Amino acid sequence: MQTIELKNHPKIIGSYSIVGPKEGAGPFGKYFDYVMKDDRLGEKTYEQTECKMLELSVTGAIQNAGLMIGDINLLLAGDLLNQIISSSYAARAFNMPYLGLFGACSTMAESLAVGAVLVNGKHFKNVVCATGSHFSTAERQFRFPLELGCQRVPTSQWTVTAAGASVLSLDGEGPEITKVTFGKVIDFGINDVNNMGAAMAPAAADTMFTHFQETKTKPEDFDLIVTGDLGKLGAEILVDLMEEKGYKLGKNYSDIGHSFFTRQQDTMCGGSGCGANASVLNSYIIKKMRQGLIKKLLFLPTGALMSTTASQQGETIPGVCHALVLEAGGK
Amino acid sequence: MADFFVYAVKKMAKIIWEKIMKNEKLNQAYNAYVEARIPRTKPWPSLFNSFWVGGLICLLGQGINELLLYLFPSMAEQSAWAWTLVALIFLASFLTAIGVYDKIGKFAGGGSIVPITGFSNSITSPAIEFKHEGVIYGTCVKMFTIAGPVIVTGIVASVVVGLIYFVVGLI
Repeated sequence: MQTIELKNHPKIIGSYSIVGPKEGAGPFGKYFDYVMKDDRLGEKTYEQTECKMLELSVTGAIQNAGLMIGDINLLLAGDLLNQIISSSYAARAFNMPYLGLFGACSTMAESLAVGAVLVNGKHFKNVVCATGSHFSTAERQFRFPLELGCQRVPTSQWTVTAAGASVLSLDGEGPEITKVTFGKVIDFGINDVNNMGAAMAPAAADTMFTHFQETKTKPEDFDLIVTGDLGKLGAEILVDLMEEKGYKLGKNYSDIGHSFFTRQQDTMCGGSGCGANASVLNSYIIKKMRQGLIKKLLFLPTGALMSTTASQQGETIPGVCHALVLEAGGK
Repeated sequence: MADFFVYAVKKMAKIIWEKIMKNEKLNQAYNAYVEARIPRTKPWPSLFNSFWVGGLICLLGQGINELLLYLFPSMAEQSAWAWTLVALIFLASFLTAIGVYDKIGKFAGGGSIVPITGFSNSITSPAIEFKHEGVIYGTCVKMFTIAGPVIVTGIVASVVVGLIYFVVGLI
């Protein structure tokens, strides 16, 4: 069994999202808690900005939950940079135990799943889960210098500048995490780093299929099924792969990366990065769940677990995907 | 007993091998499927844009050259060309620094990469990008990450051509 049912129903009692200006101009713009005026936040380097964004989102989520920093027992965070520096450096600012996680763009689900299990088991009272990404740091690490005049390929995605954090606890009000499914690492032999969607879609399909099988549910049982950042192409592939496995994803399926930007924003296959699903979950989705507009949600962020070194050595791209079921909790 | 052992090992190896081959086949099938679904760049508009922007850059170079020869009649043609290159390299570096060249590159693609201005851009952009890591370890080290291979290939190719020229000359 890969799925764990959380009997004590840990709740997301506080959430916060922060995004860059381009992201703020996108379709989710008005739902984010804070839209940065520029992409630096007054810091000297973009790495410091990413770190600051994480700090701000953690603080914001704790405030949103009506707690103090001292009330938090554990911080779970991760990001895309080498040795997850943004998270670890952000953790310096908080006097609390910290676990750094790396699940690439699936980090939000990974941290929430681990956090939810720990809270459910009553090992920790209040846990903060956070992740973020920055366009400029990701470009530098994975692609080309910002000012290089090159064209993006049609399958590429735009790493978003965004961060989000959630506070998990058994006390308080908010959407409940009822089930988590930890995913396997799946590699179908895609080695094109500009085609992450195709590399991650099999992992999403595997986790989704396993989740449906183990919980005996169907896509129709959910108000909304969202994947993280498969992008346009990846989402289409996922629909095909699920159909092959006998599940038809209907209108209630959507991909955050694909809908993160408008067509005019020219991001090819859409947004990507840990920040994309972290910010949308902690703004749009949580708000809609609190309003009762979304009652049951299946959240499946995917991550491409590659590094530039491995890719240059000709390795293929392994993908991973973790699933969470969120239910709008009663009082 | 030994026979059985050999048999078991062979049997296991066969099962593992078949499994690998099956995965390989699945991967190939998936790759082919993805390949068929990938959205393509429209070749004609991008070729057209790179053609006219590239042409414009070359025209600019010719213009600078003509202007130099007109302003300084005593200048040798050879040095006028050298100064033209200097001017183009400077211009591209400048446009990179103020954040314009990447926009041109996005629009024109190969049209702005192939001329010497693209070469200049490929050196200036990492130099700017890595300046926070210090002048020596940042800018100086990373400056040639993109242009480096071009320079190495260029030098190696010219050495090879030089050798051929030398050998042919001996005959």
